[in-house]
Amino acid sequence: MGYNFIEFKNVSFRYGENMPWVLENVSFQIKSDEWIAIIGHNGSGKSTIAKLMNGLLSPQKGTILIDGMEVNEDTIWEIRKKIGMVFQNPDNQFVGTTVQDDVAFGMENRGVPRQEMLKRLEDSLSAVGMQDYELREPHRLSGGQKQRVAIAGVLAISPQAIILDEATAMLDPNGRKEIMDTIRSVKKKHPLSLITITHDLNEVTLVDRVIVMNKGKVWLEASPRQVFSRKKELLEIGLDIPFIAKLAGHLSQQGMPLKNEPLSHEELLEELWTYHSKM
Amino acid sequence: MNNAFIIGQYVPGESIVHRLDPRTKMVVIFLFVIIVFFANSFWSYALLAVFSLACALFTRIKFSYIIKGLTPVWFLIIFTFLLHLIVTKEGDILFRIFTYPVYAGGVMQGAAISLRFFLLIMVTSLLTLTTTPIEITDAIESLLQPLKKIRFPVHELALMMSISLRFIPTLLQETEKISKAQASRGVDFKTGRVKERIQAVVPLLVPLFVSAFKRAEELAMAMEARGYQGGEGRTKLRELKIQQRDILVFGVFALLIVGLLFTRA
Repeated sequence: MGYNFIEFKNVSFRYGENMPWVLENVSFQIKSDEWIAIIGHNGSGKSTIAKLMNGLLSPQKGTILIDGMEVNEDTIWEIRKKIGMVFQNPDNQFVGTTVQDDVAFGMENRGVPRQEMLKRLEDSLSAVGMQDYELREPHRLSGGQKQRVAIAGVLAISPQAIILDEATAMLDPNGRKEIMDTIRSVKKKHPLSLITITHDLNEVTLVDRVIVMNKGKVWLEASPRQVFSRKKELLEIGLDIPFIAKLAGHLSQQGMPLKNEPLSHEELLEELWTYHSKM
Repeated sequence: MNNAFIIGQYVPGESIVHRLDPRTKMVVIFLFVIIVFFANSFWSYALLAVFSLACALFTRIKFSYIIKGLTPVWFLIIFTFLLHLIVTKEGDILFRIFTYPVYAGGVMQGAAISLRFFLLIMVTSLLTLTTTPIEITDAIESLLQPLKKIRFPVHELALMMSISLRFIPTLLQETEKISKAQASRGVDFKTGRVKERIQAVVPLLVPLFVSAFKRAEELAMAMEARGYQGGEGRTKLRELKIQQRDILVFGVFALLIVGLLFTRA
């Protein structure tokens, strides 16, 4: 079991003096080896949470602790070494003129010696399956490939946490699958805390815990299975539930309640073919 | 279609000129531009011409391609020649065009100045033909290092250049997308009077600028999140190293200067 790596204590945030609160009294903890999804519809404050975590924004009320350190002016650079972030737009976070330059950017900023840099460059590119593209320019890569390069750039600085801020939102279904597969394999190999911020509930089936945000407040903190069992309420706060969960909902409405809330095709199939067997 | 986006006129290759340190190329070409003006005799011009042709041959780029790259300046070269032909009145009269006399001095002078011009432009174009823009950026950053002492923002300048280079293709793609989107809404870019066509550019430029600003803002945030704090204490992945071939080139160039001193009139 990991320790509390990220801790929000009664955090409130707004963009200006007379603006409405974007986040209100938000508290939660994330463990150092946990995979968390933060979901919510547009404007629920979920992206703000990501920016607060590595000091791109700072809260008006409450405290944020990262690895026991409070996030403030003096600690942000230390904290940014611990937390890697992948943003939504694949193009607007690609700094280098080629793949290897971009992956190296984070390491260059931290003053990693060149020999070490070359080694880490190779390792992190092969971790995301982009080792054959070292010299490619960004305009000759697909969106999914660019996001994989962004993940490699984050891995190269060996962070303790990775935040994916809607990293798949601008990708086509193929690109989305690419990224989800990459994330899964990264999570398997590295014991780090992973925070997926999304409005796509299809992406949360694998995580350990889901934090559902609504109107700047933590609306629910539960396992994916528990979250999907509250379909009606999810729809009410503007989230679209995945097909499998919808189907399970309709089945129970037709008088066929399933024992477990299925999260994938396989689980649904399992539920259905054993439905009448009473063993 | 993506390969159409070659920035500048770089021709990929593996020749010795391609592999030279970009700083070597820049320094040599800079000095060459200066010494060209010291040539004043037939043999000194011949020496410089041989040197430039040798450089061009060593790039292994087709000579016709290099010459083609000079098309825009041919007019200027020929114009210079004709101007000297008409204005200079030295030496014997060679022949007359109708009644206008053409002097031997004019022909000589015109040929010399045009040749000078031609050599200058050809040699400088070899730099951009054999060096990628990013290598040039690295070379500039390295060569301007001494200016850091007077607080000239060398690193920032180089970073700005490399980010611009990285975003040129992206913005070109975006321009294409926007112009298609606007054309589908009925904006006509291709026909009409000049004034109408200029007006048609406005709905192209405005969205382009808006998105460029948005990109810049997001890029700045991404850079900050990745720990960018300016040039202080930064290491570099791309490395420039002076090698034997660079020293060799400097040696040859020194000989050229000596040769030029001897052949000057």
